[in-house]
Amino acid sequence: MKFRANLWIGGVLFAAIVIGGALAPWLAHTDPVMDANLMNAEVSPGSEFWFGTDSQGRDIYSRVLYGARISLTVGIVSQMINTVIGVALGMSAGYFGGWWDDFVNGLTNLMLSIPSLIFALAIMAILQPGLTSLLIALGLTNWSYTCRLSRAATLSIKQQGYVEAARSFGSGNTRIMLTQILPNIAGPIIVIGTLGMGGAVLAEAALSFLGLGIRPPFPSWGSMLSDARDQITTAPWISIFPGLAIFLTVLGLNLLGDGLRDILDPHSQFRKA
Amino acid sequence: MLPYVIRRLIQSVPILLAVAGLVFVMFSVIPGDFASTQMADGRSVVDAEQVARMNTQFGLDDPVHIRFANYVGKLLTLDLGTSFRTRQPVINSLLERIWPSLQLAMAAMLFAIGVGVPLGFLAALKPGGWLDMQSMIVAVSGLSLPQFWLGLMLMYGFALILGWFPSFGYGDGNPRYLVLPAVALGVAPLALLARTTRAAVLEVMNADFVRTARAKGNSEARVMRWHVARNAAVIVLTTLGLQFGSIMGGAVVIEKLFAWPGIGSLLVDSVSLRDIPVVQACILLLVLFFLIVNIIVDVLCALIDPRIKYT
Repeated sequence: MKFRANLWIGGVLFAAIVIGGALAPWLAHTDPVMDANLMNAEVSPGSEFWFGTDSQGRDIYSRVLYGARISLTVGIVSQMINTVIGVALGMSAGYFGGWWDDFVNGLTNLMLSIPSLIFALAIMAILQPGLTSLLIALGLTNWSYTCRLSRAATLSIKQQGYVEAARSFGSGNTRIMLTQILPNIAGPIIVIGTLGMGGAVLAEAALSFLGLGIRPPFPSWGSMLSDARDQITTAPWISIFPGLAIFLTVLGLNLLGDGLRDILDPHSQFRKA
Repeated sequence: MLPYVIRRLIQSVPILLAVAGLVFVMFSVIPGDFASTQMADGRSVVDAEQVARMNTQFGLDDPVHIRFANYVGKLLTLDLGTSFRTRQPVINSLLERIWPSLQLAMAAMLFAIGVGVPLGFLAALKPGGWLDMQSMIVAVSGLSLPQFWLGLMLMYGFALILGWFPSFGYGDGNPRYLVLPAVALGVAPLALLARTTRAAVLEVMNADFVRTARAKGNSEARVMRWHVARNAAVIVLTTLGLQFGSIMGGAVVIEKLFAWPGIGSLLVDSVSLRDIPVVQACILLLVLFFLIVNIIVDVLCALIDPRIKYT
Protein backbone atom coordinates (compact mmCIF):
# COMPACT_ATOMS: atom_id res chain seq x y z
CA MET A 1 0.00 0.00 0.00
CA LYS A 2 1.38 3.38 -0.93
CA PHE A 3 2.37 5.89 1.69
CA ARG A 4 -0.35 8.47 2.23
CA ALA A 5 1.13 11.60 3.75
CA ASN A 6 -2.18 13.30 4.57
CA LEU A 7 -3.55 10.24 6.35
CA TRP A 8 -0.42 9.84 8.46
CA ILE A 9 0.14 13.50 9.33
CA GLY A 10 -3.56 13.94 10.08
CA GLY A 11 -3.73 10.77 12.14
CA VAL A 12 -0.67 11.63 14.21
CA LEU A 13 -1.87 15.20 14.84
CA PHE A 14 -5.32 14.02 15.88
CA ALA A 15 -3.92 11.22 18.06
CA ALA A 16 -1.59 13.69 19.79
CA ILE A 17 -4.52 15.99 20.66
CA VAL A 18 -6.63 13.05 21.89
CA ILE A 19 -3.77 11.81 24.10
CA GLY A 20 -3.11 15.35 25.36
CA GLY A 21 -6.75 15.73 26.36
CA ALA A 22 -7.01 12.25 27.87
CA LEU A 23 -3.86 12.62 29.96
CA ALA A 24 -4.57 16.25 30.90
CA PRO A 25 -4.74 15.56 34.68
CA TRP A 26 -1.23 14.07 34.56
CA LEU A 27 0.34 16.40 31.99
CA ALA A 28 -1.10 19.66 33.31
CA HIS A 29 0.92 21.67 35.82
CA THR A 30 -2.01 23.27 37.62
CA ASP A 31 -5.77 22.98 37.94
CA PRO A 32 -7.27 24.75 34.90
CA VAL A 33 -10.08 26.50 36.76
CA MET A 34 -9.15 26.82 40.43
CA ASP A 35 -5.51 27.87 40.26
CA ALA A 36 -6.07 31.54 39.58
CA ASN A 37 -3.45 33.73 41.19
CA LEU A 38 -3.45 37.41 40.39
CA MET A 39 0.19 37.61 41.52
CA ASN A 40 1.04 35.61 38.38
CA ALA A 41 -1.19 37.51 35.95
CA GLU A 42 0.03 37.84 32.37
CA VAL A 43 3.42 36.19 32.87
CA SER A 44 5.08 35.62 29.50
CA PRO A 45 5.93 32.09 28.35
CA GLY A 46 9.01 30.65 30.08
CA SER A 47 10.32 27.68 32.02
CA GLU A 48 7.69 27.93 34.77
CA PHE A 49 4.65 28.69 32.58
CA TRP A 50 5.35 27.14 29.18
CA PHE A 51 2.59 29.03 27.37
CA GLY A 52 2.46 31.96 29.83
CA THR A 53 -0.47 32.89 32.07
CA ASP A 54 -3.73 34.71 31.43
CA SER A 55 -5.11 37.85 33.04
CA GLN A 56 -6.13 35.89 36.14
CA GLY A 57 -2.77 34.17 36.49
CA ARG A 58 -3.92 30.76 35.28
CA ASP A 59 -1.42 28.55 33.44
CA ILE A 60 -2.37 28.59 29.76
CA TYR A 61 -0.56 25.33 29.00
CA SER A 62 -2.77 23.48 31.51
CA ARG A 63 -5.90 25.17 30.24
CA VAL A 64 -5.09 24.30 26.61
CA LEU A 65 -4.69 20.64 27.62
CA TYR A 66 -8.04 20.58 29.41
CA GLY A 67 -9.59 22.56 26.55
CA ALA A 68 -8.90 19.60 24.26
CA ARG A 69 -11.44 17.60 26.25
CA ILE A 70 -14.25 20.08 25.57
CA SER A 71 -13.38 20.65 21.91
CA LEU A 72 -13.05 16.94 21.17
CA THR A 73 -16.20 16.05 23.09
CA VAL A 74 -18.22 18.65 21.22
CA GLY A 75 -16.65 17.77 17.87
CA ILE A 76 -17.11 14.01 18.19
CA VAL A 77 -20.50 13.86 19.94
CA SER A 78 -22.22 16.56 17.87
CA GLN A 79 -20.96 15.05 14.64
CA MET A 80 -22.21 11.64 15.77
CA ILE A 81 -25.66 13.11 16.37
CA ASN A 82 -25.57 14.67 12.89
CA THR A 83 -24.48 11.40 11.32
CA VAL A 84 -27.19 9.36 13.03
CA ILE A 85 -29.89 11.88 12.01
CA GLY A 86 -28.57 12.19 8.45
CA VAL A 87 -28.19 8.45 7.89
CA ALA A 88 -31.55 7.57 9.46
CA LEU A 89 -33.44 10.17 7.44
CA GLY A 90 -31.53 9.71 4.18
CA MET A 91 -31.48 5.93 4.19
CA SER A 92 -35.16 5.58 5.07
CA ALA A 93 -36.14 8.24 2.50
CA GLY A 94 -34.21 6.49 -0.25
CA TYR A 95 -35.46 3.07 0.80
CA PHE A 96 -39.18 3.76 1.25
CA GLY A 97 -39.65 6.63 -1.22
CA GLY A 98 -43.13 8.13 -1.50
CA TRP A 99 -44.38 10.89 0.80
CA TRP A 100 -41.66 10.23 3.35
CA ASP A 101 -39.01 10.84 0.69
CA ASP A 102 -40.71 14.11 -0.30
CA PHE A 103 -40.90 15.18 3.32
CA VAL A 104 -37.23 14.42 4.01
CA ASN A 105 -36.21 16.19 0.80
CA GLY A 106 -38.15 19.29 1.80
CA LEU A 107 -36.61 19.25 5.26
CA THR A 108 -33.11 18.85 3.80
CA ASN A 109 -33.65 21.76 1.41
CA LEU A 110 -34.84 23.89 4.30
CA MET A 111 -31.74 22.99 6.34
CA LEU A 112 -29.46 23.73 3.39
CA SER A 113 -30.96 27.19 3.00
CA ILE A 114 -29.99 28.26 6.53
CA PRO A 115 -26.24 28.68 7.06
CA SER A 116 -25.46 26.13 9.78
CA LEU A 117 -23.45 28.34 12.13
CA ILE A 118 -26.22 30.95 12.03
CA PHE A 119 -28.80 28.26 12.79
CA ALA A 120 -26.69 27.03 15.69
CA LEU A 121 -26.45 30.61 16.94
CA ALA A 122 -30.24 30.91 16.87
CA ILE A 123 -30.58 27.68 18.88
CA MET A 124 -28.08 29.00 21.44
CA ALA A 125 -30.31 32.07 21.79
CA ILE A 126 -33.04 29.79 23.14
CA LEU A 127 -30.95 27.50 25.34
CA GLN A 128 -28.73 28.38 28.26
CA PRO A 129 -25.03 28.48 27.34
CA GLY A 130 -23.23 25.26 28.23
CA LEU A 131 -21.98 21.93 26.98
CA THR A 132 -25.37 20.22 26.49
CA SER A 133 -26.80 23.17 24.60
CA LEU A 134 -23.75 23.23 22.34
CA LEU A 135 -24.15 19.54 21.57
CA ILE A 136 -27.81 20.11 20.69
CA ALA A 137 -27.16 23.25 18.62
CA LEU A 138 -24.31 21.74 16.63
CA GLY A 139 -25.77 18.24 16.48
CA LEU A 140 -29.04 19.33 14.89
CA THR A 141 -27.73 21.73 12.27
CA ASN A 142 -25.24 19.90 10.09
CA TRP A 143 -26.80 16.66 8.91
CA SER A 144 -28.07 17.71 5.48
CA TYR A 145 -25.04 16.59 3.45
CA THR A 146 -24.96 13.20 5.18
CA CYS A 147 -28.69 12.86 4.53
CA ARG A 148 -28.39 13.66 0.82
CA LEU A 149 -25.47 11.31 0.41
CA SER A 150 -27.16 8.43 2.27
CA ARG A 151 -30.32 8.87 0.25
CA ALA A 152 -28.53 8.87 -3.12
CA ALA A 153 -26.40 5.85 -2.19
CA THR A 154 -29.42 3.93 -0.88
CA LEU A 155 -31.34 4.58 -4.09
CA SER A 156 -28.65 2.89 -6.15
CA ILE A 157 -27.98 0.03 -3.73
CA LYS A 158 -31.58 -1.02 -3.12
CA GLN A 159 -31.78 -2.21 -6.75
CA GLN A 160 -28.86 -4.61 -6.29
CA GLY A 161 -29.38 -8.36 -6.48
CA TYR A 162 -28.16 -9.05 -2.95
CA VAL A 163 -30.84 -6.76 -1.50
CA GLU A 164 -33.48 -8.66 -3.47
CA ALA A 165 -31.95 -11.92 -2.25
CA ALA A 166 -32.10 -10.80 1.38
CA ARG A 167 -35.74 -9.83 0.93
CA SER A 168 -36.60 -13.17 -0.61
CA PHE A 169 -35.08 -14.88 2.44
CA GLY A 170 -37.67 -13.02 4.48
CA SER A 171 -35.55 -10.17 5.95
CA GLY A 172 -37.60 -7.22 7.18
CA ASN A 173 -37.03 -3.64 6.05
CA THR A 174 -35.07 -2.62 9.14
CA ARG A 175 -32.84 -5.66 8.88
CA ILE A 176 -32.16 -5.05 5.18
CA MET A 177 -31.28 -1.41 5.84
CA LEU A 178 -28.93 -2.23 8.71
CA THR A 179 -27.21 -5.32 7.34
CA GLN A 180 -27.31 -4.88 3.55
CA ILE A 181 -27.41 -1.15 2.82
CA LEU A 182 -25.62 0.54 5.72
CA PRO A 183 -22.30 -1.38 5.32
CA ASN A 184 -22.25 -0.43 1.65
CA ILE A 185 -22.71 3.30 2.17
CA ALA A 186 -20.50 3.55 5.28
CA GLY A 187 -17.29 4.65 3.51
CA PRO A 188 -18.39 8.06 2.23
CA ILE A 189 -20.33 8.67 5.46
CA ILE A 190 -17.19 8.13 7.55
CA VAL A 191 -15.35 10.60 5.32
CA ILE A 192 -18.03 13.28 5.65
CA GLY A 193 -18.21 12.62 9.38
CA THR A 194 -14.47 13.14 9.84
CA LEU A 195 -14.48 16.39 7.89
CA GLY A 196 -17.64 17.47 9.74
CA MET A 197 -15.89 16.91 13.08
CA GLY A 198 -13.33 19.53 12.08
CA GLY A 199 -16.18 21.86 11.22
CA ALA A 200 -17.84 21.21 14.58
CA VAL A 201 -14.60 21.99 16.46
CA LEU A 202 -14.40 25.31 14.58
CA ALA A 203 -18.08 26.04 15.25
CA GLU A 204 -17.72 25.32 18.98
CA ALA A 205 -14.70 27.62 19.13
CA ALA A 206 -16.60 30.37 17.30
CA LEU A 207 -19.69 30.11 19.53
CA SER A 208 -17.64 30.01 22.73
CA PHE A 209 -15.58 32.94 21.44
CA LEU A 210 -18.81 34.89 21.01
CA GLY A 211 -19.74 34.06 24.60
CA LEU A 212 -22.61 31.80 23.55
CA GLY A 213 -20.99 28.40 24.07
CA ILE A 214 -18.86 27.25 26.95
CA ARG A 215 -18.83 30.00 29.56
CA PRO A 216 -15.72 31.06 31.47
CA PRO A 217 -14.05 29.94 33.71
CA PHE A 218 -14.22 26.52 32.05
CA PRO A 219 -11.37 26.13 29.61
CA SER A 220 -12.67 25.84 26.07
CA TRP A 221 -10.25 27.04 23.40
CA GLY A 222 -12.89 29.40 22.04
CA SER A 223 -13.80 30.91 25.41
CA MET A 224 -10.10 31.36 26.25
CA LEU A 225 -9.93 33.62 23.19
CA SER A 226 -13.08 35.57 23.97
CA ASP A 227 -11.44 38.32 26.00
CA ALA A 228 -8.03 37.94 24.36
CA ARG A 229 -8.61 40.95 22.09
CA ASP A 230 -8.45 43.32 25.03
CA GLN A 231 -5.16 41.90 26.24
CA ILE A 232 -3.49 41.41 22.89
CA THR A 233 -1.22 44.45 23.30
CA THR A 234 0.11 43.41 26.70
CA ALA A 235 -0.12 39.62 26.50
CA PRO A 236 -0.33 38.24 22.94
CA TRP A 237 0.41 34.68 24.13
CA ILE A 238 -3.11 34.52 25.60
CA SER A 239 -4.39 34.61 22.00
CA ILE A 240 -1.69 32.55 20.32
CA PHE A 241 -1.77 29.14 22.02
CA PRO A 242 -5.51 28.31 22.20
CA GLY A 243 -5.88 29.32 18.55
CA LEU A 244 -2.93 27.19 17.54
CA ALA A 245 -4.54 24.24 19.32
CA ILE A 246 -7.79 24.73 17.36
CA PHE A 247 -5.87 25.06 14.10
CA LEU A 248 -3.83 21.88 14.64
CA THR A 249 -6.90 19.84 15.68
CA VAL A 250 -8.93 20.92 12.65
CA LEU A 251 -5.93 20.50 10.35
CA GLY A 252 -5.48 16.96 11.66
CA LEU A 253 -9.14 16.10 11.12
CA ASN A 254 -9.18 17.62 7.61
CA LEU A 255 -6.03 15.75 6.55
CA LEU A 256 -7.40 12.56 8.06
CA GLY A 257 -10.69 13.03 6.21
CA ASP A 258 -8.88 13.63 2.90
CA GLY A 259 -6.73 10.55 3.44
CA LEU A 260 -9.72 8.40 4.35
CA ARG A 261 -11.53 9.61 1.25
CA ASP A 262 -8.71 8.32 -0.98
CA ILE A 263 -9.13 4.89 0.62
CA LEU A 264 -12.84 4.58 1.41
CA ASP A 265 -14.42 6.63 -1.34
CA PRO A 266 -12.16 6.36 -4.38
CA HIS A 267 -14.93 7.16 -6.85
CA SER A 268 -15.96 10.40 -5.19
CA GLN A 269 -16.50 13.28 -7.55
CA PHE A 270 -14.55 15.41 -5.11
CA ARG A 271 -11.64 12.98 -5.15
CA LYS A 272 -9.18 15.49 -6.54
CA ALA A 273 -10.58 18.43 -4.64
CA MET B 1 -33.43 34.98 -18.87
CA LEU B 2 -35.66 37.39 -16.98
CA PRO B 3 -38.58 34.92 -16.70
CA TYR B 4 -36.09 32.39 -15.29
CA VAL B 5 -34.89 34.84 -12.63
CA ILE B 6 -38.46 35.72 -11.71
CA ARG B 7 -39.42 32.06 -11.47
CA ARG B 8 -36.45 31.35 -9.22
CA LEU B 9 -37.38 34.29 -7.00
CA ILE B 10 -40.95 32.98 -6.73
CA GLN B 11 -39.63 29.52 -5.90
CA SER B 12 -37.70 30.91 -2.96
CA VAL B 13 -40.84 32.35 -1.34
CA PRO B 14 -41.98 28.99 0.16
CA ILE B 15 -38.46 28.40 1.50
CA LEU B 16 -38.45 31.83 3.13
CA LEU B 17 -41.91 31.18 4.59
CA ALA B 18 -40.73 27.82 5.94
CA VAL B 19 -37.67 29.47 7.50
CA ALA B 20 -39.91 32.17 8.99
CA GLY B 21 -42.14 29.44 10.41
CA LEU B 22 -39.20 27.49 11.80
CA VAL B 23 -37.66 30.55 13.40
CA PHE B 24 -41.03 31.57 14.79
CA VAL B 25 -41.72 28.15 16.31
CA MET B 26 -38.22 27.98 17.79
CA PHE B 27 -38.65 31.26 19.60
CA SER B 28 -42.18 30.48 20.78
CA VAL B 29 -40.96 27.54 22.83
CA ILE B 30 -38.39 29.51 24.82
CA PRO B 31 -38.51 28.41 28.43
CA GLY B 32 -39.39 31.42 30.56
CA ASP B 33 -41.05 34.37 28.88
CA PHE B 34 -39.19 37.44 27.78
CA ALA B 35 -40.85 39.94 30.05
CA SER B 36 -40.03 38.18 33.30
CA THR B 37 -36.40 37.53 32.29
CA GLN B 38 -36.06 41.22 31.42
CA MET B 39 -37.67 42.18 34.72
CA ALA B 40 -35.60 39.76 36.74
CA ASP B 41 -32.48 41.26 35.25
CA GLY B 42 -30.87 43.09 38.13
CA ARG B 43 -34.01 43.20 40.25
CA SER B 44 -34.93 40.97 43.12
CA VAL B 45 -38.71 41.33 42.89
CA VAL B 46 -40.54 40.75 39.62
CA ASP B 47 -43.48 43.08 39.32
CA ALA B 48 -46.31 40.86 38.04
CA GLU B 49 -48.35 43.80 36.82
CA GLN B 50 -45.51 45.17 34.75
CA VAL B 51 -44.84 41.71 33.25
CA ALA B 52 -48.46 41.53 32.16
CA ARG B 53 -48.26 44.98 30.65
CA MET B 54 -45.11 44.12 28.66
CA ASN B 55 -46.66 40.89 27.42
CA THR B 56 -49.68 42.81 26.14
CA GLN B 57 -47.53 45.52 24.65
CA PHE B 58 -45.49 43.04 22.58
CA GLY B 59 -48.51 40.85 21.79
CA LEU B 60 -47.07 37.88 23.67
CA ASP B 61 -50.44 36.95 25.23
CA ASP B 62 -52.18 35.70 22.08
CA PRO B 63 -52.28 32.00 21.14
CA VAL B 64 -49.38 30.77 19.00
CA HIS B 65 -51.23 30.39 15.68
CA ILE B 66 -52.63 33.92 15.88
CA ARG B 67 -49.18 35.26 16.66
CA PHE B 68 -47.75 33.44 13.64
CA ALA B 69 -50.48 34.75 11.33
CA ASN B 70 -49.85 38.26 12.62
CA TYR B 71 -46.13 37.77 12.18
CA VAL B 72 -46.36 36.65 8.53
CA GLY B 73 -48.90 39.37 7.76
CA LYS B 74 -46.52 41.99 9.12
CA LEU B 75 -43.55 40.47 7.26
CA LEU B 76 -45.39 41.01 3.97
CA THR B 77 -45.57 44.72 4.70
CA LEU B 78 -41.89 44.74 5.77
CA ASP B 79 -42.96 45.37 9.34
CA LEU B 80 -40.36 43.32 11.20
CA GLY B 81 -41.62 44.28 14.62
CA THR B 82 -40.15 46.37 17.39
CA SER B 83 -36.87 45.68 19.10
CA PHE B 84 -37.38 44.62 22.72
CA ARG B 85 -34.29 46.54 23.67
CA THR B 86 -34.31 49.81 21.74
CA ARG B 87 -38.12 49.98 21.26
CA GLN B 88 -37.35 51.10 17.69
CA PRO B 89 -38.69 49.37 14.52
CA VAL B 90 -36.34 46.48 13.67
CA ILE B 91 -36.27 47.46 10.00
CA ASN B 92 -34.43 50.69 10.87
CA SER B 93 -31.51 48.96 12.57
CA LEU B 94 -31.34 46.42 9.72
CA LEU B 95 -31.26 49.07 7.01
CA GLU B 96 -28.38 50.98 8.55
CA ARG B 97 -26.34 47.78 8.88
CA ILE B 98 -26.85 46.22 5.45
CA TRP B 99 -24.31 48.38 3.64
CA PRO B 100 -21.36 47.74 6.01
CA SER B 101 -22.08 44.00 5.82
CA LEU B 102 -22.23 44.05 2.02
CA GLN B 103 -19.01 46.06 1.87
CA LEU B 104 -17.18 43.54 4.02
CA ALA B 105 -18.59 40.54 2.15
CA MET B 106 -17.73 41.97 -1.26
CA ALA B 107 -14.21 42.97 -0.25
CA ALA B 108 -13.59 39.49 1.20
CA MET B 109 -14.94 37.75 -1.90
CA LEU B 110 -12.88 39.98 -4.23
CA PHE B 111 -9.76 39.07 -2.28
CA ALA B 112 -10.66 35.36 -2.24
CA ILE B 113 -11.48 35.19 -5.95
CA GLY B 114 -8.60 37.43 -7.02
CA VAL B 115 -6.00 35.29 -5.27
CA GLY B 116 -7.64 31.87 -4.97
CA VAL B 117 -8.70 31.29 -8.58
CA PRO B 118 -5.34 32.20 -10.22
CA LEU B 119 -3.52 30.19 -7.55
CA GLY B 120 -5.61 27.09 -8.23
CA PHE B 121 -5.31 27.56 -11.99
CA LEU B 122 -1.53 27.88 -11.95
CA ALA B 123 -1.24 24.94 -9.56
CA ALA B 124 -3.22 22.74 -11.94
CA LEU B 125 -0.99 23.55 -14.91
CA LYS B 126 1.86 21.61 -13.30
CA PRO B 127 0.37 19.00 -10.95
CA GLY B 128 2.93 17.86 -8.39
CA GLY B 129 5.13 20.87 -9.09
CA TRP B 130 6.53 23.30 -6.56
CA LEU B 131 3.68 25.81 -6.85
CA ASP B 132 1.13 23.01 -6.69
CA MET B 133 2.54 21.70 -3.41
CA GLN B 134 2.75 25.21 -1.91
CA SER B 135 -0.75 26.20 -2.94
CA MET B 136 -2.28 23.01 -1.64
CA ILE B 137 -0.56 23.51 1.73
CA VAL B 138 -2.05 27.00 1.77
CA ALA B 139 -5.45 25.57 0.86
CA VAL B 140 -5.56 22.89 3.57
CA SER B 141 -4.28 25.31 6.21
CA GLY B 142 -6.69 28.04 5.15
CA LEU B 143 -9.64 25.72 5.59
CA SER B 144 -8.47 24.65 9.05
CA LEU B 145 -7.79 28.11 10.50
CA PRO B 146 -10.36 29.50 12.93
CA GLN B 147 -11.24 32.77 11.20
CA PHE B 148 -11.56 34.83 14.36
CA TRP B 149 -8.13 33.67 15.48
CA LEU B 150 -6.64 34.61 12.13
CA GLY B 151 -8.34 37.98 12.62
CA LEU B 152 -6.77 38.34 16.08
CA MET B 153 -3.32 37.49 14.71
CA LEU B 154 -3.70 39.95 11.81
CA MET B 155 -4.81 42.58 14.31
CA TYR B 156 -1.73 41.91 16.42
CA GLY B 157 0.72 41.85 13.51
CA PHE B 158 -0.55 44.51 11.14
CA ALA B 159 -2.35 46.88 13.48
CA LEU B 160 -0.50 46.76 16.80
CA ILE B 161 3.07 45.89 15.81
CA LEU B 162 3.37 47.35 12.31
CA GLY B 163 0.65 49.96 12.68
CA TRP B 164 -0.31 49.75 8.99
CA PHE B 165 -4.04 49.44 9.56
CA PRO B 166 -6.49 50.40 12.31
CA SER B 167 -7.09 47.46 14.64
CA PHE B 168 -10.90 47.54 14.64
CA GLY B 169 -13.98 49.64 14.03
CA TYR B 170 -15.72 50.94 10.92
CA GLY B 171 -14.06 54.35 10.65
CA ASP B 172 -17.05 55.88 8.81
CA GLY B 173 -16.35 53.86 5.70
CA ASN B 174 -12.60 54.61 5.47
CA PRO B 175 -11.30 51.70 3.34
CA ARG B 176 -8.25 51.25 5.58
CA TYR B 177 -10.59 49.83 8.22
CA LEU B 178 -11.87 47.28 5.73
CA VAL B 179 -8.54 45.57 4.96
CA LEU B 180 -7.96 43.39 8.02
CA PRO B 181 -11.52 42.05 8.46
CA ALA B 182 -11.80 41.39 4.71
CA VAL B 183 -8.55 39.41 4.67
CA ALA B 184 -9.50 37.46 7.81
CA LEU B 185 -12.87 36.60 6.27
CA GLY B 186 -11.47 35.95 2.80
CA VAL B 187 -8.79 33.38 3.60
CA ALA B 188 -11.16 30.42 4.03
CA PRO B 189 -13.04 30.99 0.73
CA LEU B 190 -9.66 31.67 -0.90
CA ALA B 191 -8.45 28.25 0.19
CA LEU B 192 -11.67 26.63 -0.96
CA LEU B 193 -11.51 28.39 -4.33
CA ALA B 194 -7.86 27.42 -4.90
CA ARG B 195 -8.67 23.78 -4.15
CA THR B 196 -11.82 23.68 -6.25
CA THR B 197 -10.27 25.56 -9.18
CA ARG B 198 -7.32 23.19 -9.22
CA ALA B 199 -9.57 20.14 -9.16
CA ALA B 200 -11.92 21.54 -11.79
CA VAL B 201 -9.10 22.55 -14.17
CA LEU B 202 -7.42 19.15 -13.79
CA GLU B 203 -10.70 17.42 -14.54
CA VAL B 204 -11.52 19.58 -17.56
CA MET B 205 -8.00 19.34 -19.01
CA ASN B 206 -8.42 15.59 -19.38
CA ALA B 207 -11.78 15.91 -21.11
CA ASP B 208 -12.24 14.80 -24.72
CA PHE B 209 -13.32 18.22 -25.97
CA VAL B 210 -10.04 19.74 -24.79
CA ARG B 211 -8.07 17.11 -26.70
CA THR B 212 -10.23 17.83 -29.76
CA ALA B 213 -9.67 21.57 -29.39
CA ARG B 214 -5.91 21.01 -29.30
CA ALA B 215 -6.09 18.60 -32.25
CA LYS B 216 -7.87 21.23 -34.30
CA GLY B 217 -4.72 23.32 -33.98
CA ASN B 218 -5.97 25.94 -31.53
CA SER B 219 -3.27 27.85 -29.70
CA GLU B 220 -2.69 26.81 -26.09
CA ALA B 221 -3.92 30.18 -24.83
CA ARG B 222 -7.16 29.81 -26.78
CA VAL B 223 -7.70 26.27 -25.51
CA MET B 224 -7.16 27.46 -21.95
CA ARG B 225 -9.43 30.45 -22.22
CA TRP B 226 -12.32 29.06 -24.26
CA HIS B 227 -12.37 25.41 -23.36
CA VAL B 228 -10.71 24.89 -19.98
CA ALA B 229 -11.48 28.12 -18.11
CA ARG B 230 -15.12 28.32 -19.14
CA ASN B 231 -15.92 24.76 -18.18
CA ALA B 232 -13.96 24.94 -14.95
CA ALA B 233 -15.72 28.20 -14.04
CA VAL B 234 -19.08 26.43 -13.83
CA ILE B 235 -17.75 23.87 -11.32
CA VAL B 236 -16.05 26.59 -9.27
CA LEU B 237 -19.13 28.82 -9.20
CA THR B 238 -21.40 25.98 -8.12
CA THR B 239 -19.09 25.06 -5.23
CA LEU B 240 -18.87 28.70 -4.22
CA GLY B 241 -22.66 29.00 -4.12
CA LEU B 242 -23.01 25.88 -1.98
CA GLN B 243 -20.31 26.99 0.46
CA PHE B 244 -21.49 30.57 0.70
CA GLY B 245 -23.43 29.71 3.85
CA SER B 246 -20.27 28.92 5.77
CA ILE B 247 -18.73 32.17 4.55
CA MET B 248 -21.73 34.00 5.99
CA GLY B 249 -21.30 32.17 9.29
CA GLY B 250 -17.68 33.31 9.32
CA ALA B 251 -18.73 36.88 8.62
CA VAL B 252 -20.86 36.93 11.76
CA VAL B 253 -17.84 36.10 13.92
CA ILE B 254 -15.46 38.44 12.06
CA GLU B 255 -17.89 41.35 12.34
CA LYS B 256 -18.10 40.81 16.07
CA LEU B 257 -14.31 40.56 16.47
CA PHE B 258 -13.61 43.74 14.49
CA ALA B 259 -16.60 45.62 15.97
CA TRP B 260 -17.90 46.03 12.42
CA PRO B 261 -21.41 47.53 12.46
CA GLY B 262 -23.04 44.90 10.21
CA ILE B 263 -25.91 42.41 10.36
CA GLY B 264 -23.64 39.74 11.90
CA SER B 265 -22.63 41.77 14.93
CA LEU B 266 -26.24 42.88 15.35
CA LEU B 267 -27.29 39.21 15.36
CA VAL B 268 -24.70 38.23 17.97
CA ASP B 269 -25.58 41.17 20.25
CA SER B 270 -29.29 40.43 19.92
CA VAL B 271 -28.77 36.74 20.70
CA SER B 272 -26.85 37.66 23.87
CA LEU B 273 -29.60 40.07 24.94
CA ARG B 274 -32.41 37.76 23.75
CA ASP B 275 -33.85 40.52 21.62
CA ILE B 276 -35.99 38.03 19.71
CA PRO B 277 -37.58 40.25 17.01
CA VAL B 278 -34.13 41.40 15.92
CA VAL B 279 -32.74 37.83 15.96
CA GLN B 280 -35.65 36.64 13.79
CA ALA B 281 -35.24 39.50 11.34
CA CYS B 282 -31.45 39.03 11.02
CA ILE B 283 -31.84 35.31 10.32
CA LEU B 284 -34.52 35.91 7.70
CA LEU B 285 -32.41 38.58 6.02
CA LEU B 286 -29.31 36.34 5.97
CA VAL B 287 -31.30 33.41 4.52
CA LEU B 288 -32.77 35.73 1.87
CA PHE B 289 -29.28 36.92 0.99
CA PHE B 290 -28.03 33.32 0.76
CA LEU B 291 -30.91 32.42 -1.59
CA ILE B 292 -30.24 35.45 -3.79
CA VAL B 293 -26.52 34.60 -4.02
CA ASN B 294 -27.42 31.11 -5.18
CA ILE B 295 -29.82 32.45 -7.81
CA ILE B 296 -27.06 34.75 -9.08
CA VAL B 297 -24.67 31.79 -9.20
CA ASP B 298 -27.16 29.73 -11.22
CA VAL B 299 -27.74 32.58 -13.66
CA LEU B 300 -23.99 33.09 -14.10
CA CYS B 301 -23.51 29.36 -14.73
CA ALA B 302 -26.22 29.43 -17.38
CA LEU B 303 -24.58 32.45 -19.01
CA ILE B 304 -21.17 30.77 -19.11
CA ASP B 305 -22.33 27.32 -20.17
CA PRO B 306 -24.94 27.30 -22.94
CA ARG B 307 -25.68 23.63 -22.25
CA ILE B 308 -27.43 24.62 -19.01
CA LYS B 309 -31.09 25.28 -19.74
CA TYR B 310 -33.18 27.80 -17.88
CA THR B 311 -35.50 25.39 -16.18
